[in-house]
Amino acid sequence: MNKTIITVVGKDTVGIIAKVCTYLADNGVNILDISQTIVQEYFNMMMIVDMEKASKPFADIAEELEQLGETIGVKIKCQHEEIFTKMHRI
Amino acid sequence: MINIFEVNETNKMIEQENLDVRTITLGINLLDCADSDLSVTNDKIYRKITTVARDLVKVGREIERDFGIPIVNKRISITPISLVGSACCKTPEDYVTIARTLDKAAHEVGVNFIGGYSAIVSKGMTRSDELLIRSIPQALAATELICSSVNVGSTKTGINMDAVRLMGEIIKETAEATKDKDSLGCAKLVVLCNAPDDNPFMAGAFHGVSEDDAIINVGVSGPGVVKHVLEQAHQESFEVLCETIKKTAFKITRVGQLVAQEASKRLGIPFGIIDLSLAPTPAIGDSVADILQEIGLERAGAPGTTAALAMLNDQVKKGGVMASSYVGGLSGAFIPVSEDQGMIDSVLAGALTIEKLEAMTCVCSVGLDMIAIPGDTKPTTISGIIADEAAIGMVNQKTTAVRVIPVIGKGVGETVEFGGLLGYAPIMPVNSFDCSEFVNRKGRIPAPIHSFKN
Repeated sequence: MNKTIITVVGKDTVGIIAKVCTYLADNGVNILDISQTIVQEYFNMMMIVDMEKASKPFADIAEELEQLGETIGVKIKCQHEEIFTKMHRI
Repeated sequence: MINIFEVNETNKMIEQENLDVRTITLGINLLDCADSDLSVTNDKIYRKITTVARDLVKVGREIERDFGIPIVNKRISITPISLVGSACCKTPEDYVTIARTLDKAAHEVGVNFIGGYSAIVSKGMTRSDELLIRSIPQALAATELICSSVNVGSTKTGINMDAVRLMGEIIKETAEATKDKDSLGCAKLVVLCNAPDDNPFMAGAFHGVSEDDAIINVGVSGPGVVKHVLEQAHQESFEVLCETIKKTAFKITRVGQLVAQEASKRLGIPFGIIDLSLAPTPAIGDSVADILQEIGLERAGAPGTTAALAMLNDQVKKGGVMASSYVGGLSGAFIPVSEDQGMIDSVLAGALTIEKLEAMTCVCSVGLDMIAIPGDTKPTTISGIIADEAAIGMVNQKTTAVRVIPVIGKGVGETVEFGGLLGYAPIMPVNSFDCSEFVNRKGRIPAPIHSFKN
């Protein structure tokens, strides 16, 4: 298991989740969990994914997701899970 | 499993509150580069640094990308050069050739700074220590990335006043040698008492002789994060205030620990320590002075500042210690003037003087740091300032330091711009009464008694 956290933040529009999920499916990234809220009209999503069987290296996926975000008008960030677990779990 | 609120909290710290890892510092032992031939020594030093630190910057960038956390500096600390060059350097100019080699190696591997152009003279000065110290003005003028430090005292040995006197002159000469850059050389020169062997922060970093062959030390940061949480705690008791700081320090330090472990693993170099310091930057909000204001002071420097700072420093350590497997270095809140917008504002408002800063250094890391003083300040006066600060360190068994910049050609009321993380500073007035008879005495101040504490 190679857990990664993907966050998507930006103005809400139709099809954000669909586009992100399509990209992940095309690249062999398995989604483990999704949470999503709208805060003051801003779309805010967090995905926990497994990159174990991803078809590309982490750096490429992170970069391509960032570019995808730019085309949708949202900010997509890809981070290894440890930075969050280290900070919030003893 | 981690939830969306926790993820958002972490990313908000990074994106809005300036959370970063201030530095990954790779300590490298250079003792095995010593040779009686100067050019052989230079070759060995260049080869060792460029081999051991070859991947440091690359790995630093990979960690930044993988975890989404900025690592502001990648640095190298080395064995004090007065030791490495003692067999081959017969003149200060010989030492300057080593400085040039270090600068070239630092540029080659792409680090931000290399620290350890240093001498440890807390009790006495060897011939080679003195040659190195006398070469500092030339070395700092001829290089870009080198940081220099001299340890002039310790709790166990007392204060070497001959070295203190010499450093007053050397600081002045360094200011002169770099006067076309607003005496910038002095921003890379620090005089310490009780210097630690494993400090990752510049300008005082060096790789002590008690260390491994190579080691990873990490300095965390995060004044902006602490400031932000304290904005929500204005009416709270000290108990709540302290708990809030501790929890935040814990979270910040865990990020440092993660980065240190990853860097250690990816570089195949052992992890040394985390330095638990609140290190400000000139960025708005990333300021220790702003934290003091959130605690309840109108300005840093107001009555109560020393107590507030003592409390802050202690809570940061209490929270941070549990978050890290090894703690070392300086570990305390830094109060550099030029690198902290809140400090600059306090000086400009007339709230903060050198004397108050000196009092603050009794309870926090590290000393009179990045303070611009008039260019016509006498060397003996600078030595007097160094002696005062060293005495605080010696008696209180803590690290203290002086990094003052006598800006040649400028006086009180003017400002000086150093750029980047070094920031800018208003020139502060210095007490003009004379201390030359005291400073000109030969010898050393004996080590203090360690009993009868009062």
